[in-house]
Amino acid sequence: MTLGHEELLAGWGNTAPSWATVDRPRSDLEVTDEFAEHNGSLIARGLGRSYGDAAQCAGGTVVSNRGLWHMSSIDPRSGLVEVGAGVSLDELLAVSIPAGWFVPVTPGTRQVTIGGAIAADIHGKNHHVDGSFMSHVTTMTLITPLGTIEVTPQNDPDLFWATAGGMGLTGIVTKATLKMVPIETSYVTVDTERFNDLDGIMNAMISGDDAYRFSVAWVDCMTTGPRMGRGVLTRGDHAPRSALSGKNEGRSLVPPPSTMLTVPFTPPSGLLNRLSIKAFNEAWYRKAPKRRDNEIQSLGTFFHPLDGVAWWNRLHGHRGFLQYQFVVDDAHGDIVRKAIEVLSGASVPSFLAVLKRFGPGNPGPLSFPMKGWTLALDIPIGPRQLAGVLDQLDVMVAEAGGRIYLAKDSRLSPELLRAMYPHLDKLEAIRRKIDPENLLASDLSRRLAI
Amino acid sequence: MRNAFGQPQSVLVLGGTSEIALRVVERLVAARAKTVVLAGRNESGLTSAAEALKEKGAEKVTTLTFDAGDPSNAQSVINQAFDAAGGEIDLVLIAVGLLGNQTKLDDDPAATAEMITVNMTWPAAAMAALRPRLISQGTGHVAVFSSVAGVRVRRSNLAYGATKAGLDGFTLGYAESLRSYGIKVQTIRPGFVRTKMTEGLDEAPFTTDVDQAADTIVKGLSASSTVIWSPPVLQGVFLILKNLPAAIWRRMPG
Repeated sequence: MTLGHEELLAGWGNTAPSWATVDRPRSDLEVTDEFAEHNGSLIARGLGRSYGDAAQCAGGTVVSNRGLWHMSSIDPRSGLVEVGAGVSLDELLAVSIPAGWFVPVTPGTRQVTIGGAIAADIHGKNHHVDGSFMSHVTTMTLITPLGTIEVTPQNDPDLFWATAGGMGLTGIVTKATLKMVPIETSYVTVDTERFNDLDGIMNAMISGDDAYRFSVAWVDCMTTGPRMGRGVLTRGDHAPRSALSGKNEGRSLVPPPSTMLTVPFTPPSGLLNRLSIKAFNEAWYRKAPKRRDNEIQSLGTFFHPLDGVAWWNRLHGHRGFLQYQFVVDDAHGDIVRKAIEVLSGASVPSFLAVLKRFGPGNPGPLSFPMKGWTLALDIPIGPRQLAGVLDQLDVMVAEAGGRIYLAKDSRLSPELLRAMYPHLDKLEAIRRKIDPENLLASDLSRRLAI
Repeated sequence: MRNAFGQPQSVLVLGGTSEIALRVVERLVAARAKTVVLAGRNESGLTSAAEALKEKGAEKVTTLTFDAGDPSNAQSVINQAFDAAGGEIDLVLIAVGLLGNQTKLDDDPAATAEMITVNMTWPAAAMAALRPRLISQGTGHVAVFSSVAGVRVRRSNLAYGATKAGLDGFTLGYAESLRSYGIKVQTIRPGFVRTKMTEGLDEAPFTTDVDQAADTIVKGLSASSTVIWSPPVLQGVFLILKNLPAAIWRRMPG
């Protein structure tokens, strides 16, 4: 029996916190006990990097997966590694990179657990080539109220794909086997190009992305008029040893460093506002080269720039912030421009807007990616018109056949969720079977009436 | 569940025929509120208010009658309200209150005691009954309708002002007691609002209508400050009025 304590939990955006009992089981047996012992709701939680209320459970129990920690050796022929659900990508990479292995999919931060990566079916800069995280999971141990199941895409595809991006609502994953990618160096060769406007970026991505494994564009949402959506496109591939020269050649497989800087306390709200964001965007745009090819960047610099400052989310102050991320198919690429225009027109400042292309999605009823364009925006909570503007964007995205990423969501309505995820009933049917008493629930699932 | 903007999906109004509270609920229903419980004294008033909210889009609206002159029923009212809402309530608006007529109250001990019971004692008992439910719910938001009349009690409405001063004080302390649980408690201090309750009375400076008050209050509910002034300018106005020498204060009109 694990000793729980009570805690006020929120997501990375620091909005809508709620009070729950937090348990930290250390074995499959202790996780099974969680379902047996708790008569309220429960949900698993990793490192709390989802932006909204996916990993919290008001009045219930939050089961931290950080006690479910182990790492097998990496099979040298297959690249398969078995990891506990509580292992973070940072911890895995610290060990795997020096041995010449990288994770098949990484988001913009290494501070996510394997369990979280599965629950959100995370994606990275290589979705157009490699798909999402779950495409690389060969098996996982899932504990539900009815028992322990080893789930593979072959032996139970419905349950496997319902768990992919299922936001923890199908059970608690305790471990998974992941197929790692062999790398020769811990560097990436990067081509950078600056564009004056959104069309330039989007056309370049359509015409050139297939030549690269990784591609991402940073977009300036604060400029209006013809320069709207100007930005910087960075694309690259894992660097082979031959690409290194001089100083890098000697140490070719270097794990990312631990964070040097931190934001030790929450400063007053309003630091990140229209003026400061505009200034930052101007500086960031000017700093990028107009065009630079074959630059060597470390994995940390290319994939995880924000990991360099621990607790950077505190810069948004006590009011917190939110992320709005949507995907639309290629036929509706104009929605990307329209969304930026709507936000700009409503004077909503967005710090950090990131545009990527997605390849085809997977059968997960709640999995986010679909072939097309995805735009992710960080927005401080301040502006009063924000709630209404985002509701407007929801309708625009839903009408275009697109959807919102639940790992980032903190304010979507149940009605729009149903419009965006038409196969929700498949998830609900599975949950009725494996969780008949509806024990698995989070603030997100209750808010969205899933 | 409240979302990142604090917009509730379920609302309980104690004092369910309050015009200002109902206008606020209308705005909340337009946003995310689908479940509403209206609790009050006047059954027909509650029923027509419930119908109006259903027309505005609320899916489930229930009414409850109770007498705020009897604080011993507070626990039962809270229990019934939570049951009616389905076990969980995101936002509780406490809008119970009598305005009264001080001229009649001056020499009437029973009426004076009744004013204090309805305006202060009953709400305080309700807040005490709410506390363990909100803590076990793990989330929640309470907003209490006080008044600027409580900031510095005037002779012209001294019983009313006194109850609002007391209610305010209780609410602020109560807010502190729930802070670490992440439960938000706010006190709303409206100035003079044109409603049925104030019909026929002389208007004060900075008077608003119900829509303006509701807009200000809805904005305040999403903000973090414990005190919501309506209109906001009254915060500065009363900072000055509060500190006027008594000789000047007693000559102020109204």
